[in-house]
Amino acid sequence: MSKLLEFVKKIEPKKGTLAHTLYDGFFTFLYSPDEVTHGGTHIKDGMDLKRTMVIVVIAMQLCYLFGTYNIGHQHFVAIGEHTSFLEGFYLKLFYGLGKLLPIFIVTHVVGLGIEFFYAWKKGHSIEEGFLVSGALIPLIMPPDIPLWILVLAVAFAVWIGKEAFGGTGMNIWNIALLARVFVFFAYPTTISGDEVWVSGLESTAVGSVAEYGLYHDACNWLFGLFGADGFNAASSVVDGYTGATPLSLAFQGGWEAVTQVYSESQMWWGGIPGSIGETSKPLIIIGGIILIAVGIASWRIMAGMLLGAVLCGMLLNAWGATPFMEVSWVNHLYMGSFFFAMVFMATDPVTAASTNVGKWIYGFMIGMVGLIVRILNPAYPEGWMLAILFMNTFAPLVDHYVLEANMKKRLKSA
Amino acid sequence: MHNFSLRGLLLFFLFATAPTISIMAQSSGSGKTVTVGLFILLALVFISAVMLVSDNLLGLQARKYGVDNLEDDKQGSFLSMFSDKAPDYVNGSYTRLKEGFDIKLKGEARKEIRDVAVSTVALQPTNFVGMSPIPKVVVEEGAEVLAGDPIFFDKKRPEIQYVSPVSGEIVSINRGLKRAITEVVILVDGEQRYREVPAIDLATISREDLVTFLLEIGGWTLLRQRPYDIVPAVDSTPANIFISTFDTAPLAPDQGFILQGQEEAFQKGIDLLARLTEGEVHLGLDGSGEVAPAGFSEFSATKHYFAGPHPAGNVGVQLHHVAPVNNVATAWVLGVQDVITLGKLLTEQRYDGQRIIALTGDGMADPHYVRTYQGAKLSDLLKDQMTQEGLRIISGDVLAGEQKQADQFLNFSADQVTVISEGNEHELFGWLLPFKARPSISRSFPNFLFPDVPISATTNTHGEERAFVVTGQYESMLPMDVFPQHLMKAILANDFERMEGLGIYELSEEDVALAEFACTSKQPLQHILREGLNFMREQG
Repeated sequence: MSKLLEFVKKIEPKKGTLAHTLYDGFFTFLYSPDEVTHGGTHIKDGMDLKRTMVIVVIAMQLCYLFGTYNIGHQHFVAIGEHTSFLEGFYLKLFYGLGKLLPIFIVTHVVGLGIEFFYAWKKGHSIEEGFLVSGALIPLIMPPDIPLWILVLAVAFAVWIGKEAFGGTGMNIWNIALLARVFVFFAYPTTISGDEVWVSGLESTAVGSVAEYGLYHDACNWLFGLFGADGFNAASSVVDGYTGATPLSLAFQGGWEAVTQVYSESQMWWGGIPGSIGETSKPLIIIGGIILIAVGIASWRIMAGMLLGAVLCGMLLNAWGATPFMEVSWVNHLYMGSFFFAMVFMATDPVTAASTNVGKWIYGFMIGMVGLIVRILNPAYPEGWMLAILFMNTFAPLVDHYVLEANMKKRLKSA
Repeated sequence: MHNFSLRGLLLFFLFATAPTISIMAQSSGSGKTVTVGLFILLALVFISAVMLVSDNLLGLQARKYGVDNLEDDKQGSFLSMFSDKAPDYVNGSYTRLKEGFDIKLKGEARKEIRDVAVSTVALQPTNFVGMSPIPKVVVEEGAEVLAGDPIFFDKKRPEIQYVSPVSGEIVSINRGLKRAITEVVILVDGEQRYREVPAIDLATISREDLVTFLLEIGGWTLLRQRPYDIVPAVDSTPANIFISTFDTAPLAPDQGFILQGQEEAFQKGIDLLARLTEGEVHLGLDGSGEVAPAGFSEFSATKHYFAGPHPAGNVGVQLHHVAPVNNVATAWVLGVQDVITLGKLLTEQRYDGQRIIALTGDGMADPHYVRTYQGAKLSDLLKDQMTQEGLRIISGDVLAGEQKQADQFLNFSADQVTVISEGNEHELFGWLLPFKARPSISRSFPNFLFPDVPISATTNTHGEERAFVVTGQYESMLPMDVFPQHLMKAILANDFERMEGLGIYELSEEDVALAEFACTSKQPLQHILREGLNFMREQG
């Protein structure tokens, strides 16, 4: 037994206390358990839920990197400084970190806190479900989300959405999306409109100044040590800047209105305002490739969703009653958060359909419904959140009919 | 397939980073020091990650070169993976099964049969599913028995005699909890004496007389009825009889090798079985090789070839594709050596409880085949074999076998003993960055790149039990049109109709064992399935 293991064993608290639940959670994180199999198979696969969840978290790390940077980038674009993407790299990164870290920490403190509490109350070990939910929630929030709203949203999602149903594996709706939908309906002004997607401004009106605080002063001091420039407190929003996302532009004036502000490659690579982690499509696709290559996320759901969205986009193109409907289905794929919803949200195995045929149907319906919400509903600029929650609700029904068909076939042949 | 997605991933990564790097080269400004520093840090993290992965890969590659793979008859069959065409030698139906997984473990038995002297053997009532815990033992301690003499019978079904596989003296009748009889131990004679079996003529004997003959001489107890895996009822007639002639379980014995020299008895056994069913006697054969499976393709029976990874060799899987069973249309199934024993009732006119057993597993000092008896004492079989500490003895394979102590006995139907290390050790970050290779269906471990390299496995659970989270995993481990996860949930909910509708009758524990191995949530599927089967059997 190694010294470290000896030490960790020595500090083990009394069983049945909250401290022991916590200890157990961290101990199994540090060391894989020494449990051996009894009854059943004598060997077990090296894969467990912890590893599964962590691989999903790893797959979204590029989105985290880019998202952090993009918070800063959008901020500086709004005030007209360092407008080229890599200019002022460290400023943008530190600015983004200043926004992202509090969101990340608050999400995990609240979410894991509730999770630990229930693990202790119910007397089971800490389940890993929140590893992924907790990593997803910051990525789908606007950068300026007030932290107290985030606390409420995460508490709602974990408490009502998961623990009330019995914990990891028992929930009906996607936890991360529940947190977002809570904000969306309870505090709509913080998560919709043109102003919320760009961080650190009083408003996006011309002349409003950047809001810098203690954190930025500290950064300025640090950069000063290297002789580098810092944040400029006198900066203000430049003329002609609106902060509108491609979707809201398209809703008003079709594809032309979008391309006046954003280039196609900008939308593809992700240098546009939006939720923190959903803007860079190539990095999301890399995440998706990792998940499919490792075999964790269902390619059936992804393919079904792609098919549904493309088909629905084509149908609406053919209809073409509004400028938004005329936006080509190809552009629809990368102007919003379609890929993020497809790779990380729809594929949650707990809330998705669980049969292979069901997964195709489930993905396809999300693609259809999501694009319908996006294009036809003036109140909701993006449809994937509602479409996925909607299909989460119907996933058991989809499975039910797939199973019924199987049962009918078997009973007929009997 | 795997290589393709990996290559795609690398290409994509290159395309994604190339423009970024070119833009980076152009950028200049006052914050250069910080920027450059951050990039160097990032590069270091990336390089160390690459080093870690490549180190693992190199280790595996090195092991691969250390292993002689030339004998593997699946070599060069890469293209055949994509075609459903049957090989030329197939003289029957052909089914390619895609779902499943071959677990390649170290410690395959050398192709050499040695005779081993066994002191005692035991007949264990617990080996027979559904038998009452206290059967009527018809012999007393100290009594002398011949091979084929009745030892006990189930009071619910007194016609079925369970007979001694050897001649010798009854030394003890061991009891367990609630006085249930666990073992009837027989001291083996040096020279075997056999109870005389009357000669019968298969061509003229009536089915009724044949059944009576089998009941009395113990042949009946070799039969297993699907569903439930029980010794069939005396008055039952199966729709089909099915024999799987290959075993795809980890380290499973080569049935063709065991058959050598016993072909005549095997054919006689098939002829005998043909008289017992209204349908046919089916043979399931291995269709995955380039050449015909040794020995089995010439017997006269209905032949079905199956190609694919484990559990393609499971008789339940084969039945599903040929003649699905349910509570009305049953099938009887037997192992290859059980058929040989039946055949020898006719050819040698005696109940021959001899069995060829594969000693396997990397805990075994010298894995090879031994010739012994049903229910042989394990410590005799494993003499000089267990040189390491902390080993587990399994009667059967690592998936569906039963854990035993050295002073216990081989199970009645077992043709394999596996010895592997216990894995009762903590491993630092074992779930994230394991230092030792471990079997896994997941492509998140580098060994998926070398599916043919055998590795060693321990009994560590590699994680704790969780609720069902991952979906589609069981389906990908079972080449049958059933929904194992939904079936398991139906069993846990005692939903009678769903269990029946989702095909519980077609499954046996060994069929879901691979899914249980793969299960990310570490759910005890075999146990759940057995509960469900018991429930169904009690309901009628």
